[in-house]
This record gives sequence, C-alpha cells and structure tokens, in this order.
Amino acid sequence: MNTQIRQLYGLFALLFAVLIGFTSYWAVVDAQGLEDNPDNRRKLIEEQTIPRGLIYARDGNTVIARNRSRRRGDTRIFTREYPRGGTFAHPIGYSFIENGRRSLELTDNDFLVGEENEFESIFSGLEGRDQEGKDVITNLDVGGTQAAVAGLAGRKGSVVAIEPQTGKVRVMVSIPEYDPNQIPSNFRQINRDPNKPLLNRSTQELYPPGSTFKVVTATAALDSGKVTPETIIDGSSPKEISGVPLENSGGQSFGPISFTDALTNSVNTVFAQVGEQIGRGTLVEYMRRFGFYEDPELDYPDFQMIPSGIINGDGDYVEDGFDVGRVAIGQGGLEGEIRSSPMQMALVASAIANGGRLMRPRLTDRVVRKDGRVAERIQPDLQSQVMKPETAEQLAGMMSRVVEEGTGTAAALSGIQVAGKTGTAEVGEFREFTQPWFICFAPVENPRLAVAVTLERQPAGSQGGTVAAPIAKSVLEAVLGGGG
Amino acid sequence: MSARTRELFGLLPVSLLVAAGFAAVLATRTEQVSDATITYGAVFLGLCVMAHLFIRARLPEADPYLFPLGALLAAVGLVLIYRIDAELAREQAQWFVVGLLFFCGTILLIRDHHVLERYRYLIAAGSIALLVLPRLPGIGAQVNGAFLAIKLGPIQFQPAEFAKLGIIVFLASYLRETGDILVRPRLRPLPGMSQLLLYGLPAAAALLLILALDLGVAGSVLVIVFVASLVAVLRERPSPKHFGPLLLVWGLAMLMLIVIRDLGSSLMFFGGFLALLYVATGRLSLIGVGATMFFAGSFFLARNESHVQERVDIWLDPFKPGVVDDEGYQIAQSLFAQADGGLFGRGFGEALIQFGDLSILPAAHTDLIYAVLVNEAGLFGAAGLIGAYLLFAFRGFKTAMLAADGFSKLLATGLTAVLALQVFVIVGGVTRVIPLTGVTLPFVSYGGSSIVANMVLLALLLIVSDHARSEDIRRGGLV
Repeated sequence: MNTQIRQLYGLFALLFAVLIGFTSYWAVVDAQGLEDNPDNRRKLIEEQTIPRGLIYARDGNTVIARNRSRRRGDTRIFTREYPRGGTFAHPIGYSFIENGRRSLELTDNDFLVGEENEFESIFSGLEGRDQEGKDVITNLDVGGTQAAVAGLAGRKGSVVAIEPQTGKVRVMVSIPEYDPNQIPSNFRQINRDPNKPLLNRSTQELYPPGSTFKVVTATAALDSGKVTPETIIDGSSPKEISGVPLENSGGQSFGPISFTDALTNSVNTVFAQVGEQIGRGTLVEYMRRFGFYEDPELDYPDFQMIPSGIINGDGDYVEDGFDVGRVAIGQGGLEGEIRSSPMQMALVASAIANGGRLMRPRLTDRVVRKDGRVAERIQPDLQSQVMKPETAEQLAGMMSRVVEEGTGTAAALSGIQVAGKTGTAEVGEFREFTQPWFICFAPVENPRLAVAVTLERQPAGSQGGTVAAPIAKSVLEAVLGGGG
Repeated sequence: MSARTRELFGLLPVSLLVAAGFAAVLATRTEQVSDATITYGAVFLGLCVMAHLFIRARLPEADPYLFPLGALLAAVGLVLIYRIDAELAREQAQWFVVGLLFFCGTILLIRDHHVLERYRYLIAAGSIALLVLPRLPGIGAQVNGAFLAIKLGPIQFQPAEFAKLGIIVFLASYLRETGDILVRPRLRPLPGMSQLLLYGLPAAAALLLILALDLGVAGSVLVIVFVASLVAVLRERPSPKHFGPLLLVWGLAMLMLIVIRDLGSSLMFFGGFLALLYVATGRLSLIGVGATMFFAGSFFLARNESHVQERVDIWLDPFKPGVVDDEGYQIAQSLFAQADGGLFGRGFGEALIQFGDLSILPAAHTDLIYAVLVNEAGLFGAAGLIGAYLLFAFRGFKTAMLAADGFSKLLATGLTAVLALQVFVIVGGVTRVIPLTGVTLPFVSYGGSSIVANMVLLALLLIVSDHARSEDIRRGGLV
C-alpha cells in the first residue's frame, strides 16, 4: 500500500503545483490584463480613497484644485473641488469618477494619485505609509491669467503666454470657460452649450493667423539668406500674386520699401513676393521647425490639442500645391490656407524671443510630496533650433519697430521695450467679421515673456493692433510688473 | 529532542505570526500598535500550549508537525478574518476554542481508532443523513443555489463538513475488508480468437459510440479512457461484487450532485473515495472507470441541473458581458483581487473588500479567503500557504505509511486526501482551475462547522499517528 500512498502524495504535490501555477498567472503574468479589464473597478475606487494631490499656481500658494472628503460606509472618499471656479478651467480641467478627467488633471494623474511601482510600494509598505497623492505646482501665473480674462472681457478668444527661455506656460486662457465644479451635476448641459465652453481655444481651435504669420515668413526669408532687413522690395499695391491681384490693407501703396519697414507697416505685397521667392518647401520647413504640423509638445492630453498648418478645402493638411504668396501673409485659398492655434503662435513668438531656440512648452513645474520633498522637477527642454541667433536678433529688432511706430503701438509699455506683430484676418461668409491677433515678447533685450492673443469673430473694423494688443499689454504688465 | 518538544517549538513561530499579523492589521487600521496584538498572540499561544500539553499526556508519540501546521493555518485564517471583520474574528476565535474542545474530546473518547470499525454502518448511515439534512424543509438553507447548510435557530451549520469524516471512516473500514477480494490474479494470455474479442469488441463499441453520439474531444477522451479501463478491469475476471462498492459510491456522488447541488463537495467525496480505492487495490483501471463515470455523470447532470450548468458556464467565461456583473461577479472579482496583489501583495490590512455598500469581494471570509491572501500577501504568501498544506499532506501520508494495519493506513490516507482535495477544490475554484463552489478552505475560512470538523480530523490523524509511531518504537524502528 505504501507505494500507492507515495504516488497519491505525488499526485497532490502536482495538483498543488497547478494551484501555484494558476495563482502566478493571475497575480503576476496576466495581472496587467486584469487591471486593464473595464469591469475592474478597483483602481477607480482606490483612487477615490486616496487624497489626490493639490494643484497650485506658480506661486506655490494659490490652490487651484483641492479635495473635499466625505464618508461612504466606513471608508473616506475624496471629491475634487476648484476654488477658483472657471479661471483655470482650461489648463487644469477636472477629475471626477463619473465624468473622467480632462486637461492637466488627466496628464498629471499619476503624480496626483501618487502612483508607485512595485518596489516603491514595498518601501512605503515597510515605512507604514499609505499611498497618497503628490502635489503639482504649475507654471500658471495668477495675475497674468486674471489680466487675460479681464482683457478678453467675455469675448470669445484665447491668450497664451510663455516664458521663452524655459517654455513655462504662464497663461493659457480660453473664453468661454466652464466651472469645473459644475461638471458632475451639469455635464450634459455644458457639453451641449453652442458656445463650446469645453473647447480649449488655445490648443483645440485653429484660426487664420493673418499678418502675425508674416513673422514666420520673415524667419524663413532672413534665415535662409534670401533677404536682409535692409533689402528693398517693391511695396506697391495691387500686385499680381498667383495670377490674382493682391492688395495691401486699405489699398495703400508703399513703393520701394525696406523689409523692416514692410513688417512695421504689415505690407502684404512685399511679403507675398518674399513668400514666392523662398518657395513652398522652405516655408514648410521653417513652419515644421516652429512646431506646425504636429500637436504642441505640451504636457496636455492629445485629444485636447490639434496641429496647426496649411489646410486645404477638404480639411486635409497639405505641404505643397498651395498659393505660397497668400499663405506667406497669413491667408491662402482652397488649395491651402494657413490655420494656427493661439498656442502655436505663442510658440513662434517664444522661439524668436529665445534666440531661435524653441523650448518645449510646460504647464507643470514640479511635483512635491506631502512632506515637502520635491519628487520631480520638470527641466527646460529644447524642442528645436528654429533659426540662427542672428536671425532672431534681426527679427526682434524689426518687431520692436512694430510696437514703437507701426501697427502695434497699443502694446507699448513705459520703460520696457516690447517686440510684436499685429494681425487681422477677415472671416465669415461675407467677410463681415475679423479675427484680430497680436503676438509679442518683452523686454526685447532679455525677453521674459512671449504672448499670443486672439479674439474670435469680432465686428468688422476690429484690428489686431487696437483690440488684441491692449490685452497683451495688460498681461505683460501683470506678469513682468509683478516681479517676474 | 522528543516529538512533543519539537511540537512545542513549532508552536512558537505560529504565535509570533498571530501577534505580528494582528499588529499589521491594527497598524493599518488605527495607525498605532496597541497591546491588544500581544494579548491576541499570548492567548493563542496559551490555548495551543494547553492543547499541546493534552497531546503530550494522551498521545505522546503522535506526529509533532501536524498540530503546529493546523494551528498555523488557523492563525492565518484568524488574522485574515480579523482584517475583514473584527466581529467575525471574535466568533471565529470562539469556534477555534470549541474546535479545540472537540479535538480533546475526540482524543479522550476514541482511545483506539479501531473501535470506529465496529460502528461503520451506523457511521455511514449517519453521514448520508447529514448530507440530506439541508434539503429538509424548515431547517435547510440554500446558499448560492447549493444546499450546504442548515439553520437551527441562530446557528448555521454545514453538515457536509462532518459527513466527510464519517464517509472516510466508513470507506476505510469497508475497503480494508473488501480491498483484497477486489484484486485477483490477472488472466493468462487468451487464445487468439478470445483475445480479439476482448479487445476488439469494446474498441469497436467505443468507436461507434463516439461516431454515433458525435462527441467532442472531451467526450471522446472520456469514452476511450472508460473503455480501456473497463477492459483492464474485465481481464481480472471480476464478479459483480467488484462493482458493488464502486457503483454504490458513484451513485451516492451523483445523488449528492442532485440533492445538495454542489459540484465541489461531490468532487471532494468521490475523489477521496477513488484515492482510497487506489491505495486499497493498487488498480489504476478501477480509478479510470470511476473517474470517467464521475465526469460523464457530471456532464449529464450539468446539462439537466441548471445550477451546475450555470457554474460551469461562469467558469468557462466569467467576463462575458451580462455575466460579469451578475453570476460571474464573484470569480471575476477574485481574479481582479489576485492581480492587484502581484508578487508581494499589498500588505496585511490593505485589501479592498467593501466599498460603502458595494461588496468588492463577495464572501471574502469564506469562499474567497484565498483571494484576500493573494491580495494582501501576494504570490509569495499564497505559495507559503499552499506549502503549509503540502507539508500537512506529507505528514498525513507519512502517518499512513508508518501505520501497521490496513484500516489505519486507509483511514489516515483518506483523512489526508479529503483535506488536500478540499484545498484543491476551493483554491482551484478561486483561481479558475475548476468551477468555483462553496466549500471552505480548511482551518482558514470562517465557519464553525469547518473549523470543528477539521479539528476532529486532526485529532483522528494524531490518534492513528500515535498508535503507528508507538508500535514502530516498540519494534525499534524509530528513535
């Protein structure tokens, strides 16, 4: 009998090995698959029981997102609350169990819930720490943001301000905004609002950039050596471009004019000729260096960003076949029309301000543990060298003239030299509306802020220089005047 | 070092584990370690030392590892249950004391386990009666469609836990007597024609059956194994008597499927019987016939008993939409909990079991206690637990091998096998090796009947062990 008993023991050893094998499969091998199973609500529930990290403005003091705790059964759960209402709604977004997450609340979720890997969690287990969220300090400037909101004064539009040397996003305002506190109770209504308050116009909407795009054309022309600021070009109007006559704003004819003066006075015919001279390939090449044709490399959800670029009548991005003369002045036709997000135009200003070096834009500055230790600091990161430093210097000089004596005088600050470019695109079926723009940076000698401002469908006659530039000025004052 | 001293030393780490376990749970709960944890450890150690002194007095030569292993498993159970619900843990601790009383009572009452042989038919009848009790109106209670419990006033009681002991005692005694006549010398090679008839006819019949019934792979394998085993059995020129016990117990197992509707218990009983049959006869062919008959019967019943069929369907695809939130919820949540545990687990007291009024791990303290363990102690903790059961089985079978007479051997084998099978049935259910059913994890799961019955099982094993080892020492085999 003992042989059989021994065999029986062997059988049970085998059966128990099968149990260990299956346990290994579920607990280790297929663990990821099970965690990703949509019916697995553990993570969702657990994240509710973890006090989510707070989100602060750049000063490290102003709370943008915090938690309210309540009891459910014998567990404490936390819900999000946004004391600043809609002011920071577009950059920060929301996080609610029923509605999901949006904006930085989504991008920085791992930080905010204090996500740890297996070994980190062993250590925290040994130290007896509960998992807790880490705080996120953003780059957002409270004063600059308030100035932008006040400047737009309820008009649809967007203001983006970036620190050129670091790519820190100081202001990202989009009007209309929504109150994230209303999301759990009112999501359907907010989502269906015809004014699209959930749409972040800074990154998710494309507008014709008008004359502000001349800065991109100028970059390509100067950097490729086709022209210098002193080159004299015929600025008479009208001028035949691609077989169709093109007029300057107000039909004004300038005659022979230097390239610098052409930018100061935003002379369409000069830039259209320069555009034809540099050609489509070079223009697209420089656009790519500025970040066109790709989502901005912002720490922000992909689904809330859209690439800027030349788009044809079918809505496709094109890199060839377009009327380069008209694209060069920020317009276009059915074969291709230039469209840009406010974020992209802020990046253009930022790259010029930083000697041609485009830094990756960043909303997050650092991640801080509850005990005050910094867990992660986001370092400035070069996205691309768009142009030679000398080109950037030339452009800065030319753009200073725009503010000193050209179309952008409304952005002039006392004691601080500002460089900028205005833009006014005509939109609407009968060109009955305008899209005023202003991009700028200051101080010119050592730029600390680059700003892009635009407003949507303004009444005819609203100019970038008169409508958008003053808003940029107040943002510059708020951010730079506050001691930077 | 004497066997008893080794046992005593074995109990020390168990008490430390209880204290440490409670400390961990309390720490996560109140963020401070109170003296309560030391009290729990001390009380547990005190109880175990008392039981140990009792064993020292009554069964001085019994196996030194079985009791500490049982205590270890009970300790793990207490810590896990405490973590789920402090009130349940208090009840479980009371049941553990009751179990210890039954343990001592069994040892006092049954000085020599051979007396059980005299009452074997009474024991068998009693066991079957116990199994049928939950179907009686008024006291029967249905849990998840299975009839495993009865309710007497406030006390819920699972008679199958005790019936399993009775049936093992009966089978051990019965097979000790009939095992020898079941085995007869094999046939000498037959003349050509008869040889052809013996193998050819059944093979043809099997082929016809497979083709005619259009069986799938599983069905075909079943038929082939069945016919091959049957041929092997027939070669031993059996009398109808041979099939008597086999058919009887098979019928009983099928009846259990119908009566208590629980595939797990049924598998456990029948598996225990096959283990004993194999040890008694040494004939794999008999096991082949029995096992195939069991599976065939289960398949057939599964088609006709909606409860069993449902369990099988859930097992095959628990994540099916519509199933996962309903009948499949428990097993799906069990797997999610294990995935959440990973290699090292989340730590004691960290498992997510209840969220407000939403149960994340249904029946965490009974059916799914293994999932709680994997969640909190990880794969390593779970492997440790399975290792403890394997050691228990090793000492149990060792006891059987040391025993001198057939009844002792079969009794020890049967008790050990049925316990190990129960572990396989529930852990296999929780890890989706087999359909999940409602049997308890021995010594660990919450449940008075379970802990008391398993303490009695432990007592019986120790009685057999004490006899076997005493005799061995008398013969000078063991020092």
